[in-house]
Amino acid sequence: MDSVRISRRRLVSAAAGAVGVAVLRRTGFTQVEVPPDPTKVPGHPLSELGQRSPFEQPRRVVGGGYQGASLTPLQDLYGVITPADLHYERHHAGVPSIDPHRYKLLIHGMVDRPTVFDLEALRRFPAVSRLHFLECSGNGGPAYRNLKPDVSPQLIDGLTSTSEWTGVPLARLFREVGVRPGAKWFLAEGEDAAVMARSIPMSKAWDDALIAYGQNGEPLRPEQGYPARLLVPGWEGSTNVKWIRRIEVADQPFMTREETSKYTDPLPNGTARQFSFTMDAKSIITFPAFPETLPDHGWWEIRGLAWSGRGRVTRVEVSTDAGKSWRPAELEGPVLPKCHTRFRFLWRWDGAETVLMSRATDETGYVQPTLAALRKVRGLGTAYHYNNIRAWSVRRDGRVLFGLEE
Amino acid sequence: MRRSAFVVIAAAIGATQGSGPPVRFGVGRPATDAEIAAWNISVRPDGKGLPAGSGTARQGAVVYASRCAVCHGATGREGPADRLVDPEPRVGFRFGRDPTLVRTIGNYWPYATTLYDYINRAMPLNAPGSLAPDEIYSLTAYLLWRNELIADTTRVDARSLPRVVMPARDHFVMDDRRGGAEVR
Repeated sequence: MDSVRISRRRLVSAAAGAVGVAVLRRTGFTQVEVPPDPTKVPGHPLSELGQRSPFEQPRRVVGGGYQGASLTPLQDLYGVITPADLHYERHHAGVPSIDPHRYKLLIHGMVDRPTVFDLEALRRFPAVSRLHFLECSGNGGPAYRNLKPDVSPQLIDGLTSTSEWTGVPLARLFREVGVRPGAKWFLAEGEDAAVMARSIPMSKAWDDALIAYGQNGEPLRPEQGYPARLLVPGWEGSTNVKWIRRIEVADQPFMTREETSKYTDPLPNGTARQFSFTMDAKSIITFPAFPETLPDHGWWEIRGLAWSGRGRVTRVEVSTDAGKSWRPAELEGPVLPKCHTRFRFLWRWDGAETVLMSRATDETGYVQPTLAALRKVRGLGTAYHYNNIRAWSVRRDGRVLFGLEE
Repeated sequence: MRRSAFVVIAAAIGATQGSGPPVRFGVGRPATDAEIAAWNISVRPDGKGLPAGSGTARQGAVVYASRCAVCHGATGREGPADRLVDPEPRVGFRFGRDPTLVRTIGNYWPYATTLYDYINRAMPLNAPGSLAPDEIYSLTAYLLWRNELIADTTRVDARSLPRVVMPARDHFVMDDRRGGAEVR
């Protein structure tokens, strides 16, 4: 029995090759009994709750305690749906425990009928289910400054995830309570210990905002806002207020700490940009990427994710020659607005050193900028909205390191 | 009484919609004034939402030392949590060009009312919601005084707080990205 941790891939092949005796394998967390031939013994019985194969141990990377963030292991996932237990987290005062039977959402302010909706009331309205990404506006910092070669897609861009969200359109609730003329903004406030609050323009409610209570077919996870949250598709994560308990309709923004001191972008021109809600188009190659090593040259499929808070991704181009030439990648359909989109690109590696890059374009014509172009307009003082092109250096020995684009 | 009126109106509107979906479903119940008052803690730049009460920096120094200094440092400059105090730089607003500048209440916060709103909502981290209005006004005054924005004898209350002019205020602009292909 091995006592050292070995890669999952090797573990599987070792298990498959074992003959004659049951093999106990230690994964990162559990011991797994593997029969020499699974066709010769009955398998596990039925169970009430499924589990991942013990050979698969994807994990978020956690930074901080109550106020930190945890990152989705982008490099371990297929397709575009993020398993709920791997959805990234960013909390401002921990994850509250909320009794769904005592939950209520209060809508008041510039409305005709200040109203309380309990969870049953929210679920009673006609529901919609939509796939959308969420992304912390601070995602991608390691691609913008203090670049280091030994960072994975998870550490660079793991503050984004995609789920199928189910809920009631906020416009429906606003029609129910009757919004008064002159209403321009609403405050969305959570039931966490930060009583997290953001001001949102009313236009977003009339467009596509949801009060979501479902995530990937089940109730929201506590870490994503159980029992209900605001979802403002394509907008920076912190505006999607989790554990939402109060909406106050008003004629002006409230200027909370999270839209003044934080989540604002000081720019080289001496201004600070406020309410920069929309997440511009971005993409990242998730394979090959650090810490993978390509064992051989030949055919490889470059894989990655692209998304835009403005709408649909219309094109992803890949460069396998450090940006000298670009060719279109294949987009896996259906390509949905404000949703992660999987792209693939067949690449024949000749074994030489090179740099791989991806570049997303969205339906507004916006093209993911170079690092130099983004730094030119945003400067180095900004702490959010890092959507520049990401690059991976492939070394002759097959190592893949996070690299500068230029 | 309030509830029954609500239901009748909802039913009447639903009945006028024919076979299509109604404008209103009559789902949910009227919020009571007490429910709204219990949760309505937001404070706006114009002072709407500020409660009765008041405090000065001198009073706030005592509260700060006992409730805040453990995370924010003896004078608000030390950390380890967010550094709250530093009036400099007062001019130039060079945060976008110089990433070493620390953003504080004095040099970066555009509205003084946000201080009351945020302390009341979320501070201290280990006991949020535990401070009384006089304590929050006092802390607000203390932090404004430390940032050299008011005198240590200034009484901060619902009338005076919205009038404190923050140096950073005019540097804040609404999102000025214009859509389309432009990188901005």
